[in-house]
Amino acid sequence: MNLDSLYQEIILDHYKRPHGAGLRDPFEAEVHHVNPTCGDEITLRVHLEAGTVSDVSYAAEGCSISQASASVLNDLVVGKPVTEALQVLDSFQALMQGKGQVEADEEVLEDGIAFAGVAQFPARVKCALLSWMAFKDATTRAVEESA
Amino acid sequence: MTITAAGVDYDVLKVREDFPILGRTVANGLPLVYLDSANTSQKPRQVVEAIERHYLEHNANVARAMHTLGAEATEAFEGGRTRIAEFIGAPSRDEVVFAKNASEALNLVARVLADAGRLGADREVVITEMEHHSNIVPWQLATERTGATLRWFGVTDDGRLDLDGIEQLITERTAVVSLTWVSNMLGTVNPLDVVIRRAHEVGALVVVDASQAVPQMPVDVASLGADFVVFTGHKMVGPTGIGVLWGRYDVLAELPPFLGGGEMIETVTMERSTFAPPPARFEAGTPPIAQSVGLGAAADYLDALGMENIAAHEHAITAYALGRLQEIDGLRVVGPQTAEERGGAVSFTLGDIHPHDVAQVLDSRGIAVRAGHHCAKPAHRRFGVQSTTRASFYLYTTEAEIDALVEGLVATQKYFGG
Ligand SMILES: Cc1ncc(COP(=O)(O)O)c(C=O)c1O
Repeated sequence: MNLDSLYQEIILDHYKRPHGAGLRDPFEAEVHHVNPTCGDEITLRVHLEAGTVSDVSYAAEGCSISQASASVLNDLVVGKPVTEALQVLDSFQALMQGKGQVEADEEVLEDGIAFAGVAQFPARVKCALLSWMAFKDATTRAVEESA
Repeated sequence: MTITAAGVDYDVLKVREDFPILGRTVANGLPLVYLDSANTSQKPRQVVEAIERHYLEHNANVARAMHTLGAEATEAFEGGRTRIAEFIGAPSRDEVVFAKNASEALNLVARVLADAGRLGADREVVITEMEHHSNIVPWQLATERTGATLRWFGVTDDGRLDLDGIEQLITERTAVVSLTWVSNMLGTVNPLDVVIRRAHEVGALVVVDASQAVPQMPVDVASLGADFVVFTGHKMVGPTGIGVLWGRYDVLAELPPFLGGGEMIETVTMERSTFAPPPARFEAGTPPIAQSVGLGAAADYLDALGMENIAAHEHAITAYALGRLQEIDGLRVVGPQTAEERGGAVSFTLGDIHPHDVAQVLDSRGIAVRAGHHCAKPAHRRFGVQSTTRASFYLYTTEAEIDALVEGLVATQKYFGG
């Protein structure tokens, strides 16, 4: 396997300079997710305003893939209506679980397409999905909260 | 070739010829450098062939089959038990109970001691902060169920068991002390004699998790003095699917069964059953037959090399690795820094490069290590790290492989630094 197909420049950039890192107020839901096989952890908060994701803040401890993926998540979902954000999540998840067979849509996933290579490393797919699953969980709770 | 401390020639290259997998390539044609033996060891041809021969020529169920093959299979299965008893110096083969792995064996002990009423609200169980989760969780479950209290030894900054206060920790209230012989994360070899002496002074039973010890050092359970010793087949060049619980016969004989089913009974009526004596009492259902054959072959293999020689090789290669690894700027070994009283598992951090990323770069160079918490989260927390990279060695590990690891780590730093 070619390392550079996994560690795309974009991923390393997000890893070294993560966007939106840190926990912020206000928020409607906070979740803590762990990857039990390796111990990677993330605490993630979601703040919704009038059906739009107005902030995703997080404290993550983990490898370059999981950190970069949280950074890309922040880029992609903040400012989007919840329904649209969840569609982006679906595309990202489909890409990750596609074993390299799924074509990435750059329109939707932007920097997220850099993770296409991760799909070919089964052991790392969970790393890439950690923050996204936390986001899904937190958003569901935040929506329930406001309902 | 290395000359072992025992003064005997130990030809590691010749040993490697018994392990076909070590000759294969990975990562687009690079030779495999397998440094994950504390996780599971590779298997020599001799062990695989013994299992194959059993299935192809002698396969039948044991005990309950009255035909020729049944007799052969029973003899082969029980022969594995006899061989293991001899290998660990057990006074009687009836003290050797087969389970599916070390985890199940530890759960078995914890469960039946609780069922026997040995753990009550006023009793305590003592473990250590360096245990594998398999020697933590079963005791958490057992103490929660019985109302007993779980206590533990701490670990010193240099990765040794903290024996200060042992007399306040192990007291008349202590029912069981369960600890690892060799840590799978720190590599520490624990001073069992001190702990066993104190435990027996107060009448507590001692369970030793020897999962990382039996593969790499001579073990004699009779002189060790513990009450139970647990280990797992797949880490000692044997097959997966078999673990061993050795227990003192008088203690085993007083304990209730673990799982119910075939083979573990004396007689069954619709109302109740009576149970077979040990070891059968603790082995419900069709046992790991081919695995017992394989484990016996593994004991033969290890004895042919000589456990003293294996231990000396392990020590030499660990000393070499510790020396070479510490040459790397920013690498921190978590655990004892020298090879004294230390096994061949070395966990470390490499600056702030995450262990996953380290392992990934190493894998791209054909080098297999483990990255994560190695089922020892409390031990990691003790040293303020969430995870580490672990290289672990065995009887087939060469200095050239350590050199490849060191080169790979330097390359990893370049990859993420530049
Ligand atoms: C010290 C120690 N105890 C227990 C175990 C559990 O062994 P198994 O997974 O075979 O049950 C291991 C290995 O993973 C170990 O290293």
